[in-house]
Amino acid sequence: MSLFPHLTAPPGPTVRAVHDEFHGDLLEVSMGPQHPSTHGVFRMVVTLDGEQIVKLKPVFGYLHRNHEKIAENTSYLSSMPYTDRLDYLCSMSNNWAYALAVEKLGGLTVPDRAQYLRVIMAELTRLVNHSCLVGFLFNDLGTSFTPLLYAFREREKILDLFESLSGSRMMCNYQRFGGCRVDPTPEWLATASALVDNFPKFLDEYETMLSGNEIMLARTQGVGRVAAAQAINAGITGPGLRACGVDYDVRKVDGYGFYPRFDFRVPLGAHGDTYDRYMMRILEMRESVKILQQAFRDLPAGPVMDPKAKLRGFRPKAGEAYGRLEGPKGELGFYLISDGSPNPWRYRVRPPSLINLTLLEEMCLGHTIADAVVILGSIDIVLGEVDR
Amino acid sequence: MNLETLPLQLRDAIVGLFPPALQWSVHHVLSITVILTVFGLFFAFTTIAERKLLARVQNRLGPNRSGLPWFRQLKLWGLTQPFADAIKAFTKEDVVPAAADKVLHFLAPVLIVAFSLLGFAVLPFGRHLIPVELDAALLYFFAAGAATELAIFMAGWGSRNKYSLLAAMRALAQLISYELPLLLSVVPVVMVCGTLSTKEIALAQGGWTFGVLPHWHVFTPWGLAAFLIFLVATLAESNRSPFDLPEAESELIAGHLTEYSGFKYALFFMAEYFGLTALSGLGVTLFLGGWQAPCAFLEFIPSYLWFMLKLVGMIVFFIWVRGTLLRLRIDQLTRLSWKFLVPLALLNLGNGAFWALTTDWTGPLALARWAISAAIVIVPFVLLGRQLTTGQTTRTYRYAPS
Repeated sequence: MSLFPHLTAPPGPTVRAVHDEFHGDLLEVSMGPQHPSTHGVFRMVVTLDGEQIVKLKPVFGYLHRNHEKIAENTSYLSSMPYTDRLDYLCSMSNNWAYALAVEKLGGLTVPDRAQYLRVIMAELTRLVNHSCLVGFLFNDLGTSFTPLLYAFREREKILDLFESLSGSRMMCNYQRFGGCRVDPTPEWLATASALVDNFPKFLDEYETMLSGNEIMLARTQGVGRVAAAQAINAGITGPGLRACGVDYDVRKVDGYGFYPRFDFRVPLGAHGDTYDRYMMRILEMRESVKILQQAFRDLPAGPVMDPKAKLRGFRPKAGEAYGRLEGPKGELGFYLISDGSPNPWRYRVRPPSLINLTLLEEMCLGHTIADAVVILGSIDIVLGEVDR
Repeated sequence: MNLETLPLQLRDAIVGLFPPALQWSVHHVLSITVILTVFGLFFAFTTIAERKLLARVQNRLGPNRSGLPWFRQLKLWGLTQPFADAIKAFTKEDVVPAAADKVLHFLAPVLIVAFSLLGFAVLPFGRHLIPVELDAALLYFFAAGAATELAIFMAGWGSRNKYSLLAAMRALAQLISYELPLLLSVVPVVMVCGTLSTKEIALAQGGWTFGVLPHWHVFTPWGLAAFLIFLVATLAESNRSPFDLPEAESELIAGHLTEYSGFKYALFFMAEYFGLTALSGLGVTLFLGGWQAPCAFLEFIPSYLWFMLKLVGMIVFFIWVRGTLLRLRIDQLTRLSWKFLVPLALLNLGNGAFWALTTDWTGPLALARWAISAAIVIVPFVLLGRQLTTGQTTRTYRYAPS
């Protein structure tokens, strides 16, 4: 007899009988939270008929760390580094989204140079995030790390830039309400500009080798299809929404920052399947490169912080503000309510990762367990943001 | 001293040390020992070669730290890594799940190594080096090879793990689907050579045209088609990427190996490489001329070195494929076999028969023989391939009007 009877394994696979003699039994598998390809501590409880998925229940919260409540108990400035930990691949955009909300709340202005730097950082972050995503997607598709490491090679170069600028590869903590923390040196700008100019080479290489691969096409086309209306109803944003053909990009819709000054296009898919979601990322990276080249060309001189901005002891007037931007994963929003005290009275994050997950079951039904992994990979989640 | 017969002389010298009554058994024990040692070491260095090559494909360096104890100055490019891995595997805890079928769980890794080693017995490693001369060597080889999948199923079932169970089911589907094209791809060779003995098949590929063009089967239309089918089926039979579905790490964690640790895991690993090496060796024997030298003037190099060289070439090809390709889904895997490889292999069967019946065609007729034989495989290859990829194209995308 075991010491811990409640911890011992059940006598065998838990098989749930279906009341139908022909179809046999269903197999319930709990994929995660320590599964190699659920992108963190995500869990999918899938019910399988053979290899086919008949039911899928996403379970999350394993990484919940009280982000919103902690932010409500600290000053506005102290929350800034904490936003890095939301979507830990895209700390620069998280910073900016939070800064947008606080600037709206406090009525702060941002100098021109800082606006350009923000665009540069946000688009570099988009390159980081999307190259990670396409790399991991191929890992989910079963390559033994080769495309992932090719993507990581480019990602590391950008992270090196982030590190030399902000002191940290991923937890950059670079933006401030009213501007940016430090001004990059001319050498930094030259290195970054050269990197961006070389980036399309990587994309060309990637596309030549992988986008037309027959196994890739067979594995992704028609898999995890989402209709445009379905996606809109579920509140899906970002590349996942645009893959369905819906023209919605907060950079165009809101025109926040200096985005109206830049010339770029928004790629749209037609099928809403995994292949479209993959291609959206590749095409968006090409557009990001265009934005970055324009930003490096037009970057004005000047201060990077609003001299009137008061970071420590910042007390906005009572009121509320919602700041949102087009993060690499979708619409990232911060909703703040101030009661005039140094802490926000309410702090709320609209996490694109979590909301994009809502259609997971609909996307996976009828596909195999192998497809579920690929579909999850194409949705692009980071558990730090899903669970907060 | 003749390098070609040196192994035989060594063996005879050792066997001669024993009384005549024991000589027969010593002879075979010696063969077994040599196979275990040579291919054990070959396995060890295949793992390090695979890790290093994969690393190079992936823009990394690979393991380069492990040297020798007490000789820290000797770096050795990390070549002693497999021995360090072996020590690690030996010293790790052997975890057996509480709910597992203990007998099957234990038996599976033992059996899979045993089965995967059986195939080596009938491979002609050199002109005079063949452990067992069997008339039905090919039949024996495939019978032994098919048994490894049984061990995989035992591992999957005995572990009492859902992922292992799914992997076991996949392994069975894969076995049934790919055993057929594998066998069918080999039959033309048997038809043309008129024998099931691997020794005779290797001998039949001797000779050169103008002293430089070897008469290997791969250099005939039917042989090339059969070789390609054989390669794909070998990938599937030995669970290598892109057909590594039973242990698909992105879906099934480690498939049938999920509940194995320590040395049992190492045994599975070993068996996988033994199986791959044996199948590659068979491919070399059947299609790449076995131990025959590629050119007449290169015959001074001992035949067993040629065999090893070709074997290494095949293994490197498999490593390259692993570093490059994506994994298929189980339905696509079976579809590729039943709708593409099996029909092609069946047609190639007729092709082999045609080739065997037209050996007396000379002059312009010889050209016609080549053309007809090529047409028999190329036309269905194109047509079947097209049907396999219908509806799959790269797409062009529109941009939002600004």
